[in-house]
Amino acid sequence: MPKIEVDANKCKACYLCVNACPKKCLGPSKTISKKGYFPAEQQRPEDCIGCKMCYLVCPDVAITVIK
Amino acid sequence: MTEKTLRKGNEALAEGAIRAGCRFFAGYPITPQNEVPEYMSANMADAGGAFVQAESEVAAINMVYGAASTGTRSMTSSSSPGVSLKQEGITYLASADLPCLIVNVMRGGPGLGSISGAQGDYFQATRGGGNGDYHVIVLAPNSVEELGNFPKLAFDLAEKYRMPCMILADGILGQMMESMSFNFDPVDPNQLGKFDWAVDINKNGRKKNNVFSYKGDNLIADVVERAKRYGYIEKTEPRFETRQTEDCDVLLVAYGLSSRACMEAVVKGREEGLKVGLFRPITLWPFPSEALRSAAKNAKAVVCVEQSLGQLVQDVKLALNGAKPVYLNAYPAGGQPDGGTILPAVKSALNGGTEGLFDLQRHAEGFSYECKRDASLGVQGDWKGGK
Amino acid sequence: MTILAQRPKSLLDVPMHYCPGCGHGIVHRLMAETFDELNIADRVIGVAPVGCAVFADSYFACDMVQGAHGRGPAIATGIKRSKPGAIVFSYQGDGDLASIGMAEIVHAAVRSEKITVIFINNAIYGMTGGQMAPTTLVGQVATTAPKGRDPELQGWPINMCEMLAQITGSKYLARVAVDSPQNVIKAKQAIKKAFENQVNGVGFSMVEVLSQCPTNWHADPMKALEFVRTKMMPQYPLGVFKDEGAK
Repeated sequence: MPKIEVDANKCKACYLCVNACPKKCLGPSKTISKKGYFPAEQQRPEDCIGCKMCYLVCPDVAITVIK
Repeated sequence: MTEKTLRKGNEALAEGAIRAGCRFFAGYPITPQNEVPEYMSANMADAGGAFVQAESEVAAINMVYGAASTGTRSMTSSSSPGVSLKQEGITYLASADLPCLIVNVMRGGPGLGSISGAQGDYFQATRGGGNGDYHVIVLAPNSVEELGNFPKLAFDLAEKYRMPCMILADGILGQMMESMSFNFDPVDPNQLGKFDWAVDINKNGRKKNNVFSYKGDNLIADVVERAKRYGYIEKTEPRFETRQTEDCDVLLVAYGLSSRACMEAVVKGREEGLKVGLFRPITLWPFPSEALRSAAKNAKAVVCVEQSLGQLVQDVKLALNGAKPVYLNAYPAGGQPDGGTILPAVKSALNGGTEGLFDLQRHAEGFSYECKRDASLGVQGDWKGGK
Repeated sequence: MTILAQRPKSLLDVPMHYCPGCGHGIVHRLMAETFDELNIADRVIGVAPVGCAVFADSYFACDMVQGAHGRGPAIATGIKRSKPGAIVFSYQGDGDLASIGMAEIVHAAVRSEKITVIFINNAIYGMTGGQMAPTTLVGQVATTAPKGRDPELQGWPINMCEMLAQITGSKYLARVAVDSPQNVIKAKQAIKKAFENQVNGVGFSMVEVLSQCPTNWHADPMKALEFVRTKMMPQYPLGVFKDEGAK
């Protein structure tokens, strides 16, 4: 099952990844980051197909996709 | 050391720069320095370097910024209005601590001015024509010999202190021919060591180098730290030449071509029984203030001879700080001094006369001026045209 | 465990200062990936602009020079001519490239300097706070065009790719966008091509990237993507305008 890691120190919560995910498996975290954002996180890993769309659109290069 | 040959000033300068290891030149045509880019276009490629005729003076100085970032000995040359355009690049070069050579073969100004030789850019060169607190080292040659040999000195100083160095010549010096020789062995730039700050290829795991104009964290600290170099240079690098200053009653102060006319005035004056001496700054920044003070020690008066309307005289007054009366013998906008025009000023300085001495407020005595708008010519609001 | 996608080595592992949703970071990543994939990281020297990307030297792992506004192509020329083995890029915004630096970009193309220019077009001055850019759209509000850009007073937006295509020395000109995963993939292909050209000594190559500026467009990141698609693309059609690469 592919895993999406979002670096909370880099994420600025633009949610372009949430928007781009075809399986809608990303969403805003409920925990506030040190920078004061609610970073994106992988919320439904079981639906992730490892398509890397989230990585492609992330302006802060905060996403790592692992299989 | 080479054989003496007859060379034109601008060509001696260009050849001297190539011999000094310059391998990048960018410039834009402007009289009276065109022989410099022409010489570079003919010879730089053979020397293994690059010549670029830039689209503007602004582009040329920024090409030098790029080339200098790589540690390449780089230069540009221009004349007064063109050097005005380069000021943006010069302040960036100074702020990025980049060594390079900038040549100004001065012509009459302000504005478009004339193409005859002049010295009107003293302020621009020594005060920094660009924004912010910075200096460039300014060398003022007074012969074709020096014009050919100063590029080596300029690159050495620029690299030693990581800052731009300017050669401030003038149109006549650039255009005239004299016998000269190069007093240094040609530099092979391929054998020069690298700088630890330069951008380069084949990094082989060394730390990443950035050449910044603005370092982004503490500008105050950077500027204050750089000023230590300026202070050190002021203490250690002033260069000057003196002629018969030991017993002089009147000390002439002049740089560049004006100093050649002063040499004639010293000889002629002494023939007439006038004890005239000459102090010639070679570095205009750092200004040789201390040396000037000791040269003027026994003088009754100091006369500045400059082809501008009172620029050099300000540094002379600052250096002497009221210790001696300082007068100005001025030839602005392309005027040329000779021994015959300088000596009356020497005599005036000794006997309290005014002939040959320029004083701005005396110059305006009995003069009044007011530009007025005239509604009978129409009013500005008539912009739509017609009646 | 296999890593499918991660931060490229040529991009330093530091957070970037760009606003949330800004396109700069995506373009930085595409360039860094290109350096890694073409195995040129050791030869790359970049020129950072004045504008939002002024601190780009903090993000790229390569040596960087930061110079005066608009002069990137001249600075890149000086670097490339002194170090012909270097892979030199100039990274510029629209005010930088299409306004104050117009002469420098045009003449770098005229001389066909063997450099790569990455041109970020977001139709606004970002760093200075949203003033009208040469690429600002007709009717688009900016702080110096408070009633919207009026061609009668401020002229029309300038299409740089189309303009530079007229110059013999330009060898590769493409306009891409980073508004969707599909377009990001296409943008990557164009950027890679523009750097491959330099490796092959082809000549002047430029990629114009339509990039989103949510802050100065006063839009949230999603609406900014819509602005790119519905407002910018009609004025700035995507595509390859010139490709005279290695035959």
